[in-house]
Amino acid sequence: MNETQIQLDNITRTYQVGEEKVHALDNVNLRIEAGDYLSIMGPSGSGKSTLLNVIGLLDRPDTGNYFLNDTAVTSLTEEQQAKIRQQTIGFIFQSFHLVPRLTAAENIELPMLLAGIAPTERKQRVEKVLHNTGLSDRANHRPDQLSGGQRQRVAIARATIMQPQILLADEPTGNLDRKSGEEIIEVLETLNTQGISLLIVTHDPELGRRASREIKMIDGKIQSELHNKQSP
Amino acid sequence: MLLKDFIKLTLFSLISHRMRSILTAVGIAIGIAAVVLLTSIGEGLHQYVMGEFSQFGSNIISVQPGTTQTHGGNVAALSTTRPLALEDGEALKKIPQIVAVNSVVQGNAEVEGNARQRRTTIYGVGPQSPIVFEFYPAIGKFLPDDNTASPRPYAVLGSKVRDELFGDINPLGKLIRIGGNRFRVIGVMESKGQILGIDLDDSVNIPTARAMELFNRNGLMEIQVKYTPGANVDEVIASMKRVLIAKHGREDFTIVTQDQMLEVLNSILNVLTFAVGALGGISLFVGGIGVLTIMSIAVNERVSEIGLFRALGAPKNQILLIFLGEAVLLSALGGMFGLLLGVGGAQLLGFAIPALPVYTPWSFVFFAEATAILIGLLAGVLPARRAANLDPIDALRTE
Repeated sequence: MNETQIQLDNITRTYQVGEEKVHALDNVNLRIEAGDYLSIMGPSGSGKSTLLNVIGLLDRPDTGNYFLNDTAVTSLTEEQQAKIRQQTIGFIFQSFHLVPRLTAAENIELPMLLAGIAPTERKQRVEKVLHNTGLSDRANHRPDQLSGGQRQRVAIARATIMQPQILLADEPTGNLDRKSGEEIIEVLETLNTQGISLLIVTHDPELGRRASREIKMIDGKIQSELHNKQSP
Repeated sequence: MLLKDFIKLTLFSLISHRMRSILTAVGIAIGIAAVVLLTSIGEGLHQYVMGEFSQFGSNIISVQPGTTQTHGGNVAALSTTRPLALEDGEALKKIPQIVAVNSVVQGNAEVEGNARQRRTTIYGVGPQSPIVFEFYPAIGKFLPDDNTASPRPYAVLGSKVRDELFGDINPLGKLIRIGGNRFRVIGVMESKGQILGIDLDDSVNIPTARAMELFNRNGLMEIQVKYTPGANVDEVIASMKRVLIAKHGREDFTIVTQDQMLEVLNSILNVLTFAVGALGGISLFVGGIGVLTIMSIAVNERVSEIGLFRALGAPKNQILLIFLGEAVLLSALGGMFGLLLGVGGAQLLGFAIPALPVYTPWSFVFFAEATAILIGLLAGVLPARRAANLDPIDALRTE
């Protein structure tokens, strides 16, 4: 269980904003083991989201090495990276990013559709995940007919339908009320106990403290790391 | 992605914006319908004209005086062209493959008969003219095979001239005057109707030598020759040239086969069809711009969705295909609708105005649909490429 899944060596990512160069990531080193639970905290512009995007292969670092399951993924082609995103990584967004014209079931089905999985298997998997998340009676509702908590649960179902190893959640509770947020975090933590590595970017200190590893970022650098006791 | 899912996904995107998808498709439909309708009319006209020209049967060769070649030196004394004479026609009859020869002079004269006058076209023709044109007398006989130099003054009336001059009276044996000369009516031609505005029924046939006299011509206007079906045209032409050069001393005449005449006509009519098709193409072009506009809007609206698809593991190519697919599907559906509209319109037009020939060849139908798909591709490429090249992070940030 304790093998290195993600290894970042001296990762740097700079953006040009007008005249200024912004160091979104400045010499970041990070090692994540399979099944880890990390929270990434820090003020706006500290590079939390960029870190998540680099790990999720949506962004390419300027310098440094990124090993994912011992593969140097920074040098892969766009197509190969897309394949890894598809198979290994699940994204969860603050604003859910559900496709408004598709039903809950169709939104969950979408990654499998893009991956070219046969319809019968898709149907089985969607039914199973709908059942597990208690969304069966919402399967044929469109996103605008669902509550915020339900939408995020659909998004989580979509992120996990391809059975990824890593879940990347960027402010997953940011658009939710306290109670729904709590439920969503519980769903994510349950997935973590089943072996999925969980990385949550958040502003919420209480949320941050729940993770076993709590990382604070400032100005593109990892400022500190706290090891919390695993909450029950 | 599986093909079935791909089609479903693109179709679904189009359906979710039903109104604007329909309107865009209608733009393409109108373009395709215009092209199909206009080319149908052009092609109908084409076939109609070709049909009119080839109804005399094929295997006809025409000899005309003079050549179109340019000779060196403008020496007036040497460049005189000998006119085609009646004897030339007689000589051509001796070529074995030649079935019939018709020496022609044409003019206009006043015809007087049964105390009525009518100005009409006078054809000076040989006795074998009906064989050449497959155009026979309805009553009486055609001109007899007289001495070509001094034939008897007989006339065969066109059906319209007969109606105008004699009405219900039997004209056979009656005397008429053509330009002051007396002719005896021995036959009336069958009714042929108009061919490209020339009324063949409004004419009178008289012997060639008499017509030359009447119009004061020293040569023929044309010799028409019919050869046996299946004979080698080039051999026939070669024999004709030999015979005529022997009589004229040099090649001062032009031989044109009917195939050549039809070919020229055919190419002119093809240009016409192409030209009207191009006119329709303008509206198709406008329809294509409509697709381009809608696809650009669609990409702008779905930026965040594109970001999501990328995050879910869709490579750039897949995004490109999805938007190209939508553009192609949109214009293909529009194209099909346009085909129905165009073919239906053409049929309706043919039904409403029977005089206007319309004809839609299947090749046009396939070509039009292929064009619609191609336009979808062309119009889709730009927006689809923009979609594929969006930065996924920026795209996800867009709400």
